[in-house]
Amino acid sequence: MKLNDTIVALATPSGAGAIAIIRVSGPKAMEIVAPLFKAKSNKPLEKQPSHTLHLGNLVDGERSLDEVLVSVFRGSKSYTGEETIEISCHGSPYIQQEIIQLMIRKGCRSAEAGEFTMRAFLNGKMDLSQAEAVADLISSENQASHQMAMQQMRGGFSSEIHRLRQELLDFASLIELELDFSEEDVEFANREQFKELVAKIQQVLKRLIDSFATGNVLKNGIPVAIVGEPNVGKSTLLNALLNEERAIVSEIAGTTRDSIEDEMSIGGVGFRFIDTAGIRETQDVVESIGIKRTFDKISQAQVVVALVDSGKWKEENTTSSALQASSPNGGEISKLFTEIEKIKNKFPQKPLVIIANKIDQLSEEERKELRETLNKIKGASLQLLSAKTGEGVEELKMKLLEFVNTGALRNNNTIVTNSRHYNALLKALEEINKVEEGLNNDLSGDLLAIDIREALHYFGEITGEVTNDELLGNIFGNFCIGK
Amino acid sequence: MFEKEYDVIVVGAGHAGSEAAAAAANMGSKTLLVTMNLQNIAQMSCNPAMGGIAKGQIVREIDAMGGYSGLVSDTSAIQFKMLNKSKGPAMWSPRVQSDRMRFAEDWRIRLEQTPNLDFYQEMVAGLIIKNHKVIGVKTSLGLEIKGKSVVLTNGTFLNGLIHIGDKNFGGGRAGERAATGITKDLVDVGFETGRMKTGTPPRVDGRSLDYSKMTEQPGDEVPSKFSFLDETKPLSKQRSCYMTYTSNEVHEILKEGFERSPMFNGRIQSIGPRYCPSIEDKINRFADKDRHQLFVEPEGWNTVEVYVNGFSTSLPEDVQFKALRSVAGFENVKFFRPGYAIEYDYFPPTQLKHSLETKLVENLYFAGQINGTTGYEEAASQGLMAGLNAALKIQGKEEFLLKRNEAYIGVLIDDLITKGTEEPYRMFTSRAEYRTLLRQDNADFRLTERAYKLGLASEKRMRKMEEKKDKSFAFVNYLKDKSVSPEDANPVLEKYNSSPMKQSDKIFKVFSRPNIDMKDIRNFPGVEEYIQENNLNSEMLEQTEIQVKYSGYIAKEKNNADKLNRLEDVKIPKDFDYSRIKSMSFEAREKLNKVQPTSVSQASRISGVSPNDVSVLLVYMGR
Repeated sequence: MKLNDTIVALATPSGAGAIAIIRVSGPKAMEIVAPLFKAKSNKPLEKQPSHTLHLGNLVDGERSLDEVLVSVFRGSKSYTGEETIEISCHGSPYIQQEIIQLMIRKGCRSAEAGEFTMRAFLNGKMDLSQAEAVADLISSENQASHQMAMQQMRGGFSSEIHRLRQELLDFASLIELELDFSEEDVEFANREQFKELVAKIQQVLKRLIDSFATGNVLKNGIPVAIVGEPNVGKSTLLNALLNEERAIVSEIAGTTRDSIEDEMSIGGVGFRFIDTAGIRETQDVVESIGIKRTFDKISQAQVVVALVDSGKWKEENTTSSALQASSPNGGEISKLFTEIEKIKNKFPQKPLVIIANKIDQLSEEERKELRETLNKIKGASLQLLSAKTGEGVEELKMKLLEFVNTGALRNNNTIVTNSRHYNALLKALEEINKVEEGLNNDLSGDLLAIDIREALHYFGEITGEVTNDELLGNIFGNFCIGK
Repeated sequence: MFEKEYDVIVVGAGHAGSEAAAAAANMGSKTLLVTMNLQNIAQMSCNPAMGGIAKGQIVREIDAMGGYSGLVSDTSAIQFKMLNKSKGPAMWSPRVQSDRMRFAEDWRIRLEQTPNLDFYQEMVAGLIIKNHKVIGVKTSLGLEIKGKSVVLTNGTFLNGLIHIGDKNFGGGRAGERAATGITKDLVDVGFETGRMKTGTPPRVDGRSLDYSKMTEQPGDEVPSKFSFLDETKPLSKQRSCYMTYTSNEVHEILKEGFERSPMFNGRIQSIGPRYCPSIEDKINRFADKDRHQLFVEPEGWNTVEVYVNGFSTSLPEDVQFKALRSVAGFENVKFFRPGYAIEYDYFPPTQLKHSLETKLVENLYFAGQINGTTGYEEAASQGLMAGLNAALKIQGKEEFLLKRNEAYIGVLIDDLITKGTEEPYRMFTSRAEYRTLLRQDNADFRLTERAYKLGLASEKRMRKMEEKKDKSFAFVNYLKDKSVSPEDANPVLEKYNSSPMKQSDKIFKVFSRPNIDMKDIRNFPGVEEYIQENNLNSEMLEQTEIQVKYSGYIAKEKNNADKLNRLEDVKIPKDFDYSRIKSMSFEAREKLNKVQPTSVSQASRISGVSPNDVSVLLVYMGR
């Protein structure tokens, strides 16, 4: 990685959004961008002071690419600590790519993943744990992750580890004391107290390790499995949940969604929707593979959403008797019943939402009837909606949020989100378990110390503290030793 | 009067100087040992003992490399103890009480018998330095002695100042004058210097003590020894030490003298060692303790002089005397010499390379207290390394360095030159990351072959090590190979409440279980026969036992050490400018610029350099 050239990349999440920010950072940032920018005020960009905003057009020769807002950061006063220009453009991926490619043609290098943060870090703008948190911050698309990343940066997590480490260090000092100063008149480490401490550390480590799953979910979005036939209106539902901009942008890009696995932010919480093939028609071998796959996906999900086409229900309802349709022998509703039964059997704890889509096709009377029928399914939450008109979509969002808000997000617990921290915690626990085993076997202090030191080392990987001198300092500070 | 030009001139003949002179001369260099008083070669200025926890391991390392400290310690010993025997083998630490006079005498005899070594008595008053290279020394009589390299081992003599109460006077040791001149020459060429302080307790007349009021502390029932060579034998008779305690009454008397204490009235500003505090320091800092241990140590076989370990003090002699008379067993004590504190010049060791050559002046080496260390063993080991490296350099050979996972000597030197030291530096096992590897029993495995290749360790030493290694490893393999039946093993296992075996298993596995020891194993069929047939001695048996019982821990530490050594391989270019790395803390940049570590691993050990700084450094080093 070269560190003295000028780099360009999208600073906002990839994909479409209302607005995208393209960042150009490095010694030639101004030199490259200024000739491409035509300010409305006609002022030359290169003459502008730091921390100013300028409206204008970004041009490639005669062609205007987009109307943009340009921020100027001079010298070291930027995010990266280098001369930086940030271009806020419209969110279309097409426009983003056009601008980035233009910059590259004019002498920028495409930044590698995390390179802005790396430069910020190398230019003394942040320390390593901040840099890691910032990296997570960048990739997190929503406010919930932001909170976690902020907490980590403020040291909520590291202060908890720091406390444990200090207690362990105190004990390690006592162990070292009886090794290096066994000839002296000093009291030795109380093994029973040490066992208690080890148990406490194990407990906290286990909690933190478990929180990694929650942390990951919050960072990557809460997985929601959507179960339903391809024609049931999953695409439409997702489009309804997505904001308008994004839907329109999809049209510009000319893309249609074949596979639906999409992330979106609802009320500041990330959700990841996973399409499944459904679990019907079990006779077919190929289908049964599909069913297995569906179950796998459901098992990964935190919430299951089952979609039913109320239009079909209406058809069945009008062609045959209502009683027959709602019986377990056939028709859309009975199929749904069987499907939900299977899911509930396999995943009894998983929150389930049944969505009856296309209710715009139903009369008030029919809606009431449908609701009554579906309410017979126990242990599931029901939502009637029309993805087309948007009716019921807000209520669905509220339902999804309810599942999350009862969870770890609300209470102010420390959550581990960083996989490096997660690994260090796992290893620390492994060593602490060995210490416990050693204590139970009355192992000699010097051998116990090997595992304690390892555990301290892994704590240090998180808090950035190193041990050796501290042990001796602790000993000299607290005990009268020396002939 | 002198050789036209010596290869190595060693200044000072204490523990560091004596080892340095021996190492250089044994390496074939024409060596001169200059000391202020030839009567005082290898004096034990403080307590009459060698070894102890971590220090005993160092003596074994010196011996494994062909130094003399182990041999001299054996021949002058009056008591032997293997400390920490109840703990794991990494903690076993040999220590002897020494006959102070015999210790010095034996050193002198050995040095006199060393080829290539000349002696001269005079004070070295300056260095001859030309173009940042030392070319000789100047004596107080104005003589110039030419040398290709110079090893300075000045101990406490450089501008030494002795304090007893409110009196103070120049001196390098009680009854000996201080050395002057060298500090100025070094400061003139850019060396940074500082002051350190140490102290020593009163020596008393053993005939005036009542030992019946003290606890006897005899030596080991089966004493061992330091040297790996057969030339010395374990003691057949030993002298005991005694232990007694101070009391509140003693403390009250000592406090009367605090006003006249140079420690408390500000006359002594320099820092003394925290782990070897004076008695007044102990009372002051740990006011809640109503008594402190005192160890009463005989100074030799024939002398009546006794060393009062634990009573180091610079209080006025009348207060020392009055307080000591209140200690149980000391009611009628007669003083030989009062305790005192001494301040002396040292040179922060971050100014050295790993070879102990100074960064500023080529071919100039420092060893011992001049580097801010304390202890005979620490000094001796540095002397050995400095003398050895000076000889190698003059011979145009590659320097000889020890890594932290190879020897306590490696830990010692790396700590000194990487971290410097704020107080007199003493070795502790906890300073070593991998103490399970740095055992006293395997010092020969670790070092003898390397020293032999250098020409320092003798052929005899090499063969002895090889035999021990071959035979103990073969025995380990035998135990890995040979099975024991449940009928033979279960009675032993029952004895220790270890779960019985259902089918035959390798002896190695049974031996690995807790509590099972060599005695038990010897009763298994075939084992005793194997031992007899192969003529395995106790050292080999002990080695085998350690290799079996601690194999897991040894493997783990080896593994960790290998990881560390990978960072050791990330070298930092000479004169790398850290000030341009803005993402490092100012402190880290400043320290790194000062120490100029040779590898990222070394950089990571500098205090004030955080793991973040190390990551940044790795980025800059292209990782």
